[in-house]
Amino acid sequence: MMSRPVVARATRTGQVAGWADDRLGLARVARKHLRKVFPDHWSFMLGEIALWSFVVVLVTGVFLTFWYKPSMGEVVYQGSYDQLRGIPMSEAYASTLELSFDVRGGLLMRQMHHWAANLFIAAMMVHMLRVFFTGAFRKPRELNWLIGLGLLMLGIVEGFAGYSLPDDLLSGTGLRIAEALMQSIPVVGTYVAFFVFGGEFPGDDIISRLYTVHVLLIPGLLLALVGLHMLLLVYHKHTQWPGPGRTEKNVVGFPMMPVYAAKAGGYFFIVFGVTALMGALLTINPIWAYGPYNPSQVTAGSQPDWYMGWLDGGLRLMPSWESELFGYTISWNVLVPGLLLLPLLFGLLGAYPFIERWVTGDRREHHLLDRPRNAPTRTALGVAGVTAYGVLWLGAGNDILAIIFDLSINTLIVVLRVLIFVAPVVAFVLTRRICIGLQRADRDRVLHGSETGVIRRLPTGGYVESHAPLSIEEQWRLTAHESPEVPAIGPAANGNGAPRPGARGDRLRTAMSRFLSGHDVAKPTREELEEAHHGDGHANGVDRVSEPDSGHRVR
Amino acid sequence: MTDRRDNEMAVPGNEDAALDPHASQPGDPIDNPGLPAHQPRPTDVDEAAEKRAERQVAAMFGLSAVCAVLFCVAYFALDIGSEPDMFGGIGAQNLALGLALGLALLLLGVGAIQWARKLMSDHEIVEMRHAVASSEEDRADTVAALKQGVDDSGIGRRPLIRNSMLGAVAALGLPAVVALRDLGELPGSSLEETVWRKGMRIVNDVSGTPIRPEQVEIGQLVNAEPAVFFATDEEGEPVYEGHELQAAKAKAAVILVRIEPSEISPLPAREDWGVQGILCYSKICTHVGCPISLYEQQTHHVLCPCHQSTFDLADNARVLFGPADRPLPQLPLGVDDEGYLVAMSGFQEPVGPSYWERGES
Repeated sequence: MMSRPVVARATRTGQVAGWADDRLGLARVARKHLRKVFPDHWSFMLGEIALWSFVVVLVTGVFLTFWYKPSMGEVVYQGSYDQLRGIPMSEAYASTLELSFDVRGGLLMRQMHHWAANLFIAAMMVHMLRVFFTGAFRKPRELNWLIGLGLLMLGIVEGFAGYSLPDDLLSGTGLRIAEALMQSIPVVGTYVAFFVFGGEFPGDDIISRLYTVHVLLIPGLLLALVGLHMLLLVYHKHTQWPGPGRTEKNVVGFPMMPVYAAKAGGYFFIVFGVTALMGALLTINPIWAYGPYNPSQVTAGSQPDWYMGWLDGGLRLMPSWESELFGYTISWNVLVPGLLLLPLLFGLLGAYPFIERWVTGDRREHHLLDRPRNAPTRTALGVAGVTAYGVLWLGAGNDILAIIFDLSINTLIVVLRVLIFVAPVVAFVLTRRICIGLQRADRDRVLHGSETGVIRRLPTGGYVESHAPLSIEEQWRLTAHESPEVPAIGPAANGNGAPRPGARGDRLRTAMSRFLSGHDVAKPTREELEEAHHGDGHANGVDRVSEPDSGHRVR
Repeated sequence: MTDRRDNEMAVPGNEDAALDPHASQPGDPIDNPGLPAHQPRPTDVDEAAEKRAERQVAAMFGLSAVCAVLFCVAYFALDIGSEPDMFGGIGAQNLALGLALGLALLLLGVGAIQWARKLMSDHEIVEMRHAVASSEEDRADTVAALKQGVDDSGIGRRPLIRNSMLGAVAALGLPAVVALRDLGELPGSSLEETVWRKGMRIVNDVSGTPIRPEQVEIGQLVNAEPAVFFATDEEGEPVYEGHELQAAKAKAAVILVRIEPSEISPLPAREDWGVQGILCYSKICTHVGCPISLYEQQTHHVLCPCHQSTFDLADNARVLFGPADRPLPQLPLGVDDEGYLVAMSGFQEPVGPSYWERGES
């Protein structure tokens, strides 16, 4: 108290701040974080889009709850929309119509809510890919990677629950499919479905139950996990790209106050504004055009929201396999794509950091990001996964694709059934080759400079291209990564010829390690660089121009 | 070069940043060149540019406020409901509200970022990372404290208390599970049953009118339902309504098709299930329960619009393609005394998607 500067008390703001600090001790925390440094890069903005669109979803969602009625009680519609007046429907559907046609701004909020939800999940996915491809999931951030996966999975379930609430024909069909997925669970499936729906499908409970899940349970979990995700981000400090002055021990960028407060705060309003413009200009989920749910009707071209598409595509691509086992039915055609695909994808994603850590034997912390090309196998695995996802996603649109491209739907499905296995392999091989090619190009640029496109004629009559040396910053940027190394292991047998414990695991590890980084191109060593820059004895005879004026630093 | 010192200036809470060693790793071909010198922006050196940027930011904030007012004007001035389909189905009010709100938000955001980019200090600063892990002493102290706590509780020395406590906590799981029992009734045999009975008329699913065989043309498909969905009891109340109607409909919806009798190849037991080439099948797909509805009359194939399972209605609704494994269940048809189509029995197998207890069909 005594040591607090007198000036802080002198102003009105100072007094208020002093009052708060006497009770909360905020200054100690604020002192550390007001000037906290965040590195600047466009790819760090992707997670921010997810965060802000989540806030937009929360804000618009609260507005919607003031009018929406989560009830399956039957009413006869008497609202403003002529085409449906006099038709019996659930209160849920009727109140969604009311929101769309009788509450001013209601349609805007509905559309913003739906667009922001789609954006939320899309941004989470792209952010996840950024983290994967740059190796930002490595120690110490593995747990935050898992939290992120949890957020994505919850986001998908939350989206599906919200999509089902209007109780329109399209979403009712989605619930019907969800019910069939539950029924396909061996042994307990029928019971699960009856317990979830409160009896036989559709029952009169599911909408109010989904409502509680959608506005309380999952948002609560999402908020808690988002908080944890941010907390760990602050504690670990953000990763950064390698570059001049950037090391594993520091973080370089702009301070929270004022630059990031303005940039991130401004970005929130941009995301909010863009969703408002989308809500104004782009119709989404026009439930009035679908009509109320009727289990005996469906429209052609029925599709779920985009993030459920890959699972629906799995349902369409799966062959018609069902087995009878001692008089019981196992529907592989529903069970595998409907219930195993999601855990499979998230299981692989969740396990990856730990697998890579085991294979590389790398126990260090990593705060500098990998350029995707410098981890060719990881990048190729990621692209293979994206490709498989893409094939499934195309599968969900097979009827639309068949119409647009004038194809036979049956041929299309057969082709996609083959592609789901072949395309990821092709993508893997191609991506790895491309990454290795890019690594070689980087190495060449560091050693020999950039191609200038200037062809010079030598006195002897030959032609050579001039190369311009790179700036020292650029050279650093291209060589700041670590060269791959396959961990050395002990011999398979000990001195007495008996197998060494753990030798088999080590052999597997070595094989996987070769797979992971055995193809990578080593960056130039100090000696190679010296030789390339000073020795003119290149076998290929290309003139490495070293005029005094081309060797200056660009900056 | 003078700027470099600014980059490394001490920042409150961040004093150790000045210690940044541009350490290079052993394998690096060159040394880390360190932070590049700060490049001044036009707004840093040109007062006119700075004033211009200031005016831009203020103008954006001002316009944002104008848009916020416009939102309120549109809210009261434009009528909702009377013209929901104006402007390409968007609706006049929705369009105006959304544009005003969107621009108000966007201009606020763009203004803030313009402010940050053009006018706020753009000196990069360096902060040192701290060790993520706790120090060894902290760890040791924590373990000691924990051990002290465990010892004080005596939980290790008193297995009787420990085990009975664990048992009690585990037993609390039972009420948690049992309390959920009333979430739904048990399935029983409900999935095997529909409302179809012998003699029940097959009626048009919209009008509820019964159907005579001669009213169905060859090549035609009629969406139909059991007559009971349109019936009323003694007091004039519908027999089925609300969610009970929905649940019954989810299993009992059917399609009637009339196919040239010579093209039909019925299974041996089903030769008399049709009436003059009219056949009746469950409308509920055996894959995941969508109502199938896309009929191709030349080939008499019916396609499920959800996942494209294709059934041949002339061949006992056999699966031709797609993820469904079982044919659509068939309803035996007959004609009653008044000449209307009726069911000759209920479905002889469960309709809709498969489930564990379904077993052999």
